Amino acid sequence: MRVSFRNLLSQASRKFLTKSLTLTVSIGLSVFSNISIAGERLTLTGSSTVAPLALEMAKRYEKNHPDVRINVQTGGSSRGINDARVGLSDIGMVSRGLKDSEKDLTPHVIALDGIGIIVHSSNTVTQLTRDQIVDIYTGNIKNWRQVGGDDVEITVVNKAEGRSTLELFLHFFKLKNSQIKPQVVIGDNQQGIKTVSGNPGAIGYVSIGTAEFEHNRGTAIKLLPMDGEQASVVGVASGDYPLSRPLNLVTKGELNGVTADFIKFVQSDAVSDLIENQFFVAP
Amino acid sequence: MLSKASYTQLGSKLDVVVSVVLSVLSFLCAALLCLILWFLISESWTLIASGQWQRFFLDEGWYPLEGLYAMTPMIVASLALTLGAVLIALPIGLACAIYLEFYARGLPKKAFRSLLNLLAGIPSVVFGLWGLTELVPLIAAIKAPGTSVLAGAIVLSLMILPTVALTSAAALSGVNRNTLAGAHALGFTQKTMIIAVAIPSARSGIISGVLLSTARAIGETMVVLMVAGNVVQMPDSLFAPVRALTSNIALEMAYALGDHRASLYASGLLLTLIVWLLAYLASYLNEKSRVFARV
Repeated sequence: MRVSFRNLLSQASRKFLTKSLTLTVSIGLSVFSNISIAGERLTLTGSSTVAPLALEMAKRYEKNHPDVRINVQTGGSSRGINDARVGLSDIGMVSRGLKDSEKDLTPHVIALDGIGIIVHSSNTVTQLTRDQIVDIYTGNIKNWRQVGGDDVEITVVNKAEGRSTLELFLHFFKLKNSQIKPQVVIGDNQQGIKTVSGNPGAIGYVSIGTAEFEHNRGTAIKLLPMDGEQASVVGVASGDYPLSRPLNLVTKGELNGVTADFIKFVQSDAVSDLIENQFFVAP
Repeated sequence: MLSKASYTQLGSKLDVVVSVVLSVLSFLCAALLCLILWFLISESWTLIASGQWQRFFLDEGWYPLEGLYAMTPMIVASLALTLGAVLIALPIGLACAIYLEFYARGLPKKAFRSLLNLLAGIPSVVFGLWGLTELVPLIAAIKAPGTSVLAGAIVLSLMILPTVALTSAAALSGVNRNTLAGAHALGFTQKTMIIAVAIPSARSGIISGVLLSTARAIGETMVVLMVAGNVVQMPDSLFAPVRALTSNIALEMAYALGDHRASLYASGLLLTLIVWLLAYLASYLNEKSRVFARV
């Protein structure tokens, strides 16, 4: 009794504190799946970037298949690989491409994650090299004049710890978060867009879907190309735009039963709105 | 027909029922607070028990993914934002209260009061949005990046202004009319009467209102998250971007795991303790100024 009350309380507080239902739902799901006796069970573990999307997909799948319970747990891409390999989970969640040492597993791309570098629309700079971006973010370049722009001080906009966009950004530019010297730290993509569109000297990065949408709506931001490739959802989908990564579900061996059906479901058009809602790009 | 005696009996029975119900309800309220505290402690216990809590004050910076958990800059930032907000809101709020109680008459008085009430009812996210899209660019024109202690303090002060004004007005209207009449009789001008008699007599009410607003300001999350810049650093000027304890929780909780998560619960615990300290201070000062006012 005491335990269940504690669960109830901690769930309520989490919901209140995080403003995000994801965890509550995942706990709820795990509780349900543990007590359900009849029916099939499917366990997914791994990347916290993939988990919210996988959770939404799982909820829709469960709605269509009331006898199936899907349990989604986070713990990082490495856990996703490891659990799928040793059979602790049915499906692993991995927010990157598979390495050569991981070829014993089969990847199933469910979405693509891309980020776009954005500046204010009045900024005269049209492109930046990787080194220039690193120098700007580490504080070595402090004025737009130094990269061919106007004499405006640069405002570096970074993301808060734990965000998948930050992780991808750091990984791509081979930086550690403590090396970055930001003037503004933001939470979600919208806050990033508002911050950059309100500050002529700002540079930031957000999910590419959001950036393109806001740019087309006439918000005062500009997407910079990366390595000469135009930053766009199409570029991410085709694989030409480099600042992106695949979100994978990985499995070991032959697919069968519910696992095969679920993988087929998450790669179908039935979930493309869920992918868009989370600012990812459908493959 | 009920006799007089049975009416009384019925009354006393009702009394018992009402008092039991009320005791249970108030006990539940108090118990809820204890549960919240227990929850915060149990979630952050892994860090506290292992003695790592010292690192909240000793670490080099706040990089939870690299195992660094310094909270001192965020405590200082929370206090700086709150102090700034109170410093701006107190004089303006007091001026509003004096206008409302001693100068405004008729329709303007009614209109002004309902405007203050309306201001108190605006959701904080609206203040935040206004701050981010209007105020921050203005400040950025003076000194980039604009998101700063100053921006946070100004928007927070707007949010607590109605509380300060309305509680101060209530305190001023509670001043004994005889005292004010006495001041008039002694030949005080309106100005002297307000400054030397009315405000000192209403002091305890004004202080309570200010501390109430302080507690609101320090616990405010959305506004600070949107306009203060969220960079974890000791503020070295009014234009420096800072991160408050509350924004830290809101920014990172959704994605935090393990020790990172526990450290966020620990900062929630810290925040609760600070607010308690303020509440204690409020009741202590209130008590003291009551004694003073009587003398």
